[in-house]
Amino acid sequence: MARIAGVNIPTQKRVEIGLTYIFGIGRKTSHDICVQLGFAPERRVHQLNDDEVLRIRELIDRDHTVEGDLRRRVAMQIKRLMDLGCYRGLRHRKGLPVRGQRTHTNARTRKGKAKPIAGKKK
Amino acid sequence: MARSVWKGPFVDGYLLKKADKSRASGRNEVIKIWSRRSTILPQFVGLTFGVYNGQKFIPVLVTDNMIGHKFGEFSPTRTFYGHAADKKAKRK
Repeated sequence: MARIAGVNIPTQKRVEIGLTYIFGIGRKTSHDICVQLGFAPERRVHQLNDDEVLRIRELIDRDHTVEGDLRRRVAMQIKRLMDLGCYRGLRHRKGLPVRGQRTHTNARTRKGKAKPIAGKKK
Repeated sequence: MARSVWKGPFVDGYLLKKADKSRASGRNEVIKIWSRRSTILPQFVGLTFGVYNGQKFIPVLVTDNMIGHKFGEFSPTRTFYGHAADKKAKRK
């Protein structure tokens, strides 16, 4: 079992894949970490010894913002936009798409499940 | 795609003159502008601009946080009064 950056315990998988279970680490960052520490692509997480896990942990602590810190940072950035009263902030407040997508149809990810319109069908 | 850094921020030149003049006059009046596309620069902080939204001038007091945004972002061009059906649903 390997605990890196808090609660993440990916095992059995290749190191490069396992690390992506950490919020804030995707394939690219994960690949970079593996190259930096010289792990072969076939290495699985359970094949790592304690020292190597420690090195991963140190590298992430030093160079990356992950998990809670990252979530907080993103939330702060959104909050800043909302407090500013700019267009993007208004869209966040209303829970609508922020980047100019159409809302006539679609946009369900932001708007949530479709609500029935009262009295539309006779 | 983001704008090239070597070009610097985009601002309509006359805004700089307007801002300078307003500062020199010392009075805190709304500076009417139509240039929604201009970037807000550090030298605009503390001034109030009336940003035209196609109908009227929305007063915007520029703060530190707004630097780097465009004037147009603070002056919405659309008014949404909700859907008729929503209101009906609420009355029930």
